Amino acid sequence: MSEIHSETSTHTAYVRTEMLPEQAPPITAAGPVKWVRENLFSSLGNGIMTILALYVIYYILSHMLGWVVMGIWDADSLSECREIRDGFIADGRWAEHTEVACWAVLGDRWHQLLFGFYPPEFYWRPILSLVIFGVALAPVLFDSVNRKMLILTILAPFICYFLLWGGSIWGPLVVAFGFVLGFACIKYGALPLGALLSTLAAILLPLLFWLFLAGPITGVLNSIAPIGLESVDSDDFGGFLLAFVIGAAGIILSMPLGVVLALGRQSDLFIINKFSVIFIEVIRGVPLIVWLFTASLLLNYFLPPSANFDLMLRVIIMVTLFSSAYIAEVIRGGLAALPRGQYEGADSLGLNYWQAMQLIILPQALKISIPGIVSSFIGLFKDTTLVVFVGLSDPIGFSNLIRATTDWNGIYWELFIFIGLCFFICCFGMSRYSQYLERKLATGHR
Amino acid sequence: MATLTDPPQQSFQLSQLIYDTRYRSTTIQVVAFILIMAGIWWLGNNVVTNLAARGKDFDFGFLGSRAGYDINQMLVEYSNDSTHARAALVGILNTLLVAFLGCIAATIIGVTAGVLRLSKNWIVGRLMTVYVEGFRNIPLLLWIIVIFAIMTEATPQPRDFRGEDAEASMILWDSVAITNRGIFMPAPQWGANSLLLVAIFLASIVGIFVYRSMARKKQEQTGAQSPVFLVGLALFFIPTLIAYFILGRPVTLNYPELGGFNFSGGLQLRNSFIALWFALSLYTGAFIAEIVRAGILAVNKGQTEASSALGMRPNRTMNLVVLPQALRVIIPPLISQYLNLTKNSSLAIAVGYMDVRATLGGITVNQTGRELEGMLLLGLFYLITSLVISGGMNLYNNSVKLQER
Repeated sequence: MSEIHSETSTHTAYVRTEMLPEQAPPITAAGPVKWVRENLFSSLGNGIMTILALYVIYYILSHMLGWVVMGIWDADSLSECREIRDGFIADGRWAEHTEVACWAVLGDRWHQLLFGFYPPEFYWRPILSLVIFGVALAPVLFDSVNRKMLILTILAPFICYFLLWGGSIWGPLVVAFGFVLGFACIKYGALPLGALLSTLAAILLPLLFWLFLAGPITGVLNSIAPIGLESVDSDDFGGFLLAFVIGAAGIILSMPLGVVLALGRQSDLFIINKFSVIFIEVIRGVPLIVWLFTASLLLNYFLPPSANFDLMLRVIIMVTLFSSAYIAEVIRGGLAALPRGQYEGADSLGLNYWQAMQLIILPQALKISIPGIVSSFIGLFKDTTLVVFVGLSDPIGFSNLIRATTDWNGIYWELFIFIGLCFFICCFGMSRYSQYLERKLATGHR
Repeated sequence: MATLTDPPQQSFQLSQLIYDTRYRSTTIQVVAFILIMAGIWWLGNNVVTNLAARGKDFDFGFLGSRAGYDINQMLVEYSNDSTHARAALVGILNTLLVAFLGCIAATIIGVTAGVLRLSKNWIVGRLMTVYVEGFRNIPLLLWIIVIFAIMTEATPQPRDFRGEDAEASMILWDSVAITNRGIFMPAPQWGANSLLLVAIFLASIVGIFVYRSMARKKQEQTGAQSPVFLVGLALFFIPTLIAYFILGRPVTLNYPELGGFNFSGGLQLRNSFIALWFALSLYTGAFIAEIVRAGILAVNKGQTEASSALGMRPNRTMNLVVLPQALRVIIPPLISQYLNLTKNSSLAIAVGYMDVRATLGGITVNQTGRELEGMLLLGLFYLITSLVISGGMNLYNNSVKLQER
């Protein structure tokens, strides 16, 4: 045995007895070189495209980078910026950059771009309402958050309204009481009155309450206990505060209206169906800008002569109507995507229309349509810039106002970049969120 | 054994209107109808009261009176002596022009970007992602203003083109000048016989389509393929070129020339038009890119592999297998993007492009004080345009959609 072993070992001296360590693959088959070969230069056309793309990137960066990085942050006016720049050029600090950004305008005017003419001593109010809004949104956006926080979600609109506009605390409270009244009708009226009558009561009672009782009650409460914050005029709202307020109000108010319109469009009832279709198509067929002009020029014609709405409220009404038509179409898609069996199942359980909708159909339909809803919210938020044309000072309006001052006359790009960046962060965040939801819901739905 | 019994014969009770499902839907509809009508009546009544209070009436007669303002870009004849209706028409044509050109450019940009975003080339893919996300997440209005600012701030003035060592020069063999007043380019000048030339050109385009359908029929019957592309290319150029020289060059180009303070002659594309057109196309193109990408990704990979297994080359796979299936997914959202672009063209207000909102819904309304009538007509125009576009595209959509049993 040992003989044979020794014989083989002598005859097969070329066979290795120990394992070789693993070696790195050839440089062309792994690592960055392989990656570059496969992803950038896999063929002649691909290589040409790579070089073209690199040139485009170089071209943009070579023109932008120095301008952005060398920008001047500390100056009081554009002319001072230019003096500093000329000083640097004279120093020979940088000869090749003749143009540099003047970011000082942002330091000088950031409060106007963000808050408009909102009184500086009250800046904590919009900031606090933004925080409350964010916290209130959390249980809607992420289902890992405690469900009890939904109470805050319901209260948040009233709190935010009170914080932003100030005034007496009793106004929002009395309006909120109207909603409580409607909710009570649905909750406790269904048994004695029946579903249809309690629904009708839930719509009519709060309306009557707001129309006839809300005003006097608020007056009485005010005279008894005048609690409140100093009120801020709608005209003082501006910049991103305005965009956020209009966007958020439009989003919150258009959601229920959109659901109702979508149900109306899916309804078998001929008249309700046709009116929903006409409303949705007319609203969607005409650009928002025309609706905004309608709001600013014509809404007074359609209201009683005594009514005097301020422009911001009129714009919010119009934006809400506009957005609800788009939301309705998205939700209609969700309703149509539900299998028929879900409707039939609800019927076979003996649920009435509203119960079926509330317990079975809408939760599923809304879940399917969330990505679409989010993208129409992104559109709505971007569209808030259009209010500049009816005389409200949104960020773009404020960039014009800042340019109109003697200090900053002639400054363009710095303001545009700042505004664009703010919008980009908000909208990109929303779209990433909707993609996250889409991924999360895709597993649940299949 | 099931026995059907007649419903109990009893007299109609009022409560059945609410509790009996046979009558309830009618009740709800009647109530809804009454409520909606009451709402409309209330709005209408307010309008009548308010109009009366302001001493106005509801009258479209203002359309026939003299407009008295100038419009800088017009596709049909117009002067400030023309009527408001004529001004509205000029505005409508301007809107349709920018919407039409915008749709074409947006489709080209969007399809290119969508396909490139899927490309294996890493850098190109990322570059397209930056383009798509950048344009989708920043308001269109900002893009319009930015592009307008680039056009007016970063381009040379006409007087920079003057002199021996001018600061700026015209591009494309001294024919196109990019200035801060717009782009000046050669305009065709139609001489005698030019109508005949156009007719020949149109006839040769019809010829291309006839030849293509003949070739397809031949291929279906015999299997023999004809050189469709080359013959088409030849038909497109050769007859027109021959006719051009035989007819003695009826169409010449009118080059822009620098004279006085500005360029004269040629065709001037105003900055407002270019900014609007570019911004609309780039913005909508980013959305179309996403639609195209989703459409191509929606086609099963097995389809590509199967066609490769059959021995088809990649471009034929794309044309015959992937695209027809992707189109079904792409077209419905594409329609709504075209609609969006058309409606967004009303943002012309930001750069002073004279579209229908600026003429009918702007100056005319301001001059005559007819807000109600003017906005009504403006809304009607956009509504009809939207319905026509979506109707036309739905017809096309029906022709490419999956034929199911």
